[in-house]
Amino acid sequence: MAQLASISSTLLYTAFVLYLIATVFFAGSIKSKKHTNQIGKNRWATIGITITIIGFAAQLGYFITRWIAAGHAPLSNLFEFITFFAMMLVLSFIIIYFMYRLHILGVFALPIALLIIAYSSMFPRDVSPLIPALQSDWLFIHVSTVAAGEAILAISFVAGLIYLLKDVDLTKGGKQVFWLEAVLIGLMLVVGFIVSSISFSIAGAGAEFSYVNPEDQQVTAEYAMPALVVPNEGELLTEGAFATSLEMPAIVNAARLNTVIWSLLFGAGIYLLIRLITRKKLAGILQPLVRKANPDLLDEIGYRSVLIGFPVFTLGGLIFAMIWAQIAWTRFWGWDPKEVWALITFLFYAAFLHLRLSRGWEGNRSAWLAVIGFVIIMFNLVAVNLIIAGLHSYA
Amino acid sequence: MNELVCKCGHVNKEGSELCLQCGRTLTEQAEQRKTSDVMRYEGMARRSQTYKRSVIDRIWNFFSSVKVGVWLIVITLVASAIGTIFPQELFIPRNIDPAAYYEDRYGLAGKIYYVLGFHNLYGSWWYMLLIAAIGTSIIIASLDRGVPLYKALKNQRVERHGSFLKRQRIYSEYVTDRPVEKLEEIGAGLEKKKYKIRKENNHLLAEKGRFSRWGPYVNHTGLIIFLIGAMLRFVPGMYVDEQLWIREGETLNIPGTDQQYFLENKGFTLETYNEGQDSDVFDATLQRVGPVAKNFQTDAVLYKREEGDIAGSANREMEPLFEQPIQVNIPLKFDGFALYQTDYIENEFHTMSFTLENKETEESFGQFTVDLFNPEQDGLYDLGNGYQVEMMGLYPDFSGFEDGEPQSASPLPNNPAFLFKMITPDKPDGEVAFIGIQQNLEPLGENEYALSFSGLETRDVSGLTVRKDLTLWILALGGAIFMIGVVQGAYWNHRRVWLKAGEDGKLYVAGHTNKNWFGLKKDLSASFEGTDLAIPEDHQELKDSKGTAKEEQERGTTGQHQ
Repeated sequence: MAQLASISSTLLYTAFVLYLIATVFFAGSIKSKKHTNQIGKNRWATIGITITIIGFAAQLGYFITRWIAAGHAPLSNLFEFITFFAMMLVLSFIIIYFMYRLHILGVFALPIALLIIAYSSMFPRDVSPLIPALQSDWLFIHVSTVAAGEAILAISFVAGLIYLLKDVDLTKGGKQVFWLEAVLIGLMLVVGFIVSSISFSIAGAGAEFSYVNPEDQQVTAEYAMPALVVPNEGELLTEGAFATSLEMPAIVNAARLNTVIWSLLFGAGIYLLIRLITRKKLAGILQPLVRKANPDLLDEIGYRSVLIGFPVFTLGGLIFAMIWAQIAWTRFWGWDPKEVWALITFLFYAAFLHLRLSRGWEGNRSAWLAVIGFVIIMFNLVAVNLIIAGLHSYA
Repeated sequence: MNELVCKCGHVNKEGSELCLQCGRTLTEQAEQRKTSDVMRYEGMARRSQTYKRSVIDRIWNFFSSVKVGVWLIVITLVASAIGTIFPQELFIPRNIDPAAYYEDRYGLAGKIYYVLGFHNLYGSWWYMLLIAAIGTSIIIASLDRGVPLYKALKNQRVERHGSFLKRQRIYSEYVTDRPVEKLEEIGAGLEKKKYKIRKENNHLLAEKGRFSRWGPYVNHTGLIIFLIGAMLRFVPGMYVDEQLWIREGETLNIPGTDQQYFLENKGFTLETYNEGQDSDVFDATLQRVGPVAKNFQTDAVLYKREEGDIAGSANREMEPLFEQPIQVNIPLKFDGFALYQTDYIENEFHTMSFTLENKETEESFGQFTVDLFNPEQDGLYDLGNGYQVEMMGLYPDFSGFEDGEPQSASPLPNNPAFLFKMITPDKPDGEVAFIGIQQNLEPLGENEYALSFSGLETRDVSGLTVRKDLTLWILALGGAIFMIGVVQGAYWNHRRVWLKAGEDGKLYVAGHTNKNWFGLKKDLSASFEGTDLAIPEDHQELKDSKGTAKEEQERGTTGQHQ
């Protein structure tokens, strides 16, 4: 079984590399002088989508082998869930691609999937046993449907982002330029987190602290990165490790805050470096890529993916969730933060659809809503698990 | 009532924008409005847009507005998010005063949160009011739109006036020598695409997916049913939520069942994952995080008291109904009730045994056992040969002395302590000893005899949640209808194509869809194949923002210069 688990990891790695190569081909498809059509047949894009499908097959292989090795659906911790979310994102992209054949979608969707996989692998990757609450077929039914719904909704973000890069006039400045850049910086911070995690892990810069938690118990905290902030009454246990004397109050999870600070520092550093070298905003660097994109089609895809994703998300995130909650937790609804944020996501996209259907919010506004929706999904995926403790916080 | 008489002679209701008969615009205002806005409800008169005088009109108009609806959704959304900043009251430890808890833990922000009532946000009157307002909005907005829409589509005519066709987003006129033939050809093509075709006087209407227009009304109905189900929760008898703590070996009445059902706990099991025993893929995790729970299980037997049995007496003769291990995710279900494994206490003290000894000689005079839940009625434990121990006091949850008297914090045997009198042949008046865990006092002077712990029996306690929820089927029904409605509205589209072979020898083609224009255009391009007519034009392309358009233009000019 341990061997199967290692095959599984290799398959995931393979998928990652294939997605990376596919991205290059999609980029080629919109740059290629020979094949100038942005939709329809294009040799670069055909190669790109073929590699994407092979990559998806490899990732599916990862999923199945890991399932066999673990004896349960690998959807039980953050690493597994986020990886699966990325897989569903790629699947959604493949489906939408065959519906519209818009090549530029691949140039943005695949890197985001890559970023998400890289992000997921910063969490513990061990195959973990299932606690009693998770021992149910609903684990797969509920979690996979949620991930699929969120992934389809994420495609609307991708389309919206491309739309905005095309639509927003960077030369004029203003709110839209600011927020568009902010969204891209947000993605940059994820890069910062990944780069800092890998660097410090290679450098072996972790440390252990003993500290006093809000319940007045003496416990230890593990730091993956040099301690810029120290936990409440923290004492360094690792000899020779770096630590400042900036002590945090007990309710703050200092180890996590420390990671956030480093991610911000790295992300900001990389961002500034890019700006210094290119002398352009991130949006400005990406804009030439989208110059030929068709805003009508992007708007259509964005809207369509919300239309497809919303029912799937509702089914998985609310209905299946309620059924399972009734079985496992005795009540179908308990105002657990994750539940509330699923409701918020639902309400948000409900508002999106009403604005679009009844108030004619199309184009630019619709694209911004898609971006905000993705921010909410990411918040629920990441922040609610890491910051707000609740029944859904996994190992 | 002011009726609107159309040029074609049809009498339309006050407030109509398009003539139901021919599709002409009826008012100047309707003429000015965007086609997509007029077409949304087929240009029908809506109560909210027509009557604006009385209080009822105003209330109706307020709730029928989608703008208001969206604001209600957004406010609910923001409020719900605020409720997750700090844990809600139901998640904080029960034994702490919430006022103190929020302030101590989260400082000033916590205090403000508590004072504003956000600690119980989802149960607050204003949150309920928001949900109620959304419910009202759903009902009124649906009636305001759904009814006229249904009438319009039911009475839909094939013939439409030229001005109606011209207004459509997809519209083209074709000069062709055989307009009627082309009309037939395109109609046949659309029929292949599963459109329903109706023809009248050289006019053709091709329509598909009309039922998707009912999607919103179906899903709103589902939501209303769901909300009604949620409200019924508060009706007595619909909902039971009790906790049953049951020790191994005990048979207890199940609360909420009117003394009808009893449960026996035959044993509680707690299992954890073990390295070596469970799959080796888990080893890394187990080494990292320590023990992980694998199973919580109560082996339970359900009994039903027969009619005629005396209430309150746990009749041992009761017929067992069935036996089932209750696990997390596998509740025991009976008669609308479900018993869930939700909690446990491991190794609760059950019996304690003591040995009577002479302190000096260490000679033993026998052993006795105190059942902490069922001690001897008279407190006497006879060891034979004139040796006897009298239990003068039992303090199951000993918490210290007050005025020299031992105190018990609760009836649960968390920290049992005893006051014993040891009666021996040489001390017939007895010696008094106070015995607790790691405590041995001789309150009335030095003793010759002593009691020592010689045995302990423990058992586990299962914490089961007893739940009955008669609203579930209503919620399930509402949820199912909602899902059907959402899918119906989202995955299908209402597409229509109007064709007119005009007397002027021209062919007019107009198309409309409630969404997914890309799909409509695909259908059109398929049905126009072989007609050597171009696909009708889309007149509403989203414009590039001026900046980019300008840039394109400039690049265009440089291109020309080269």
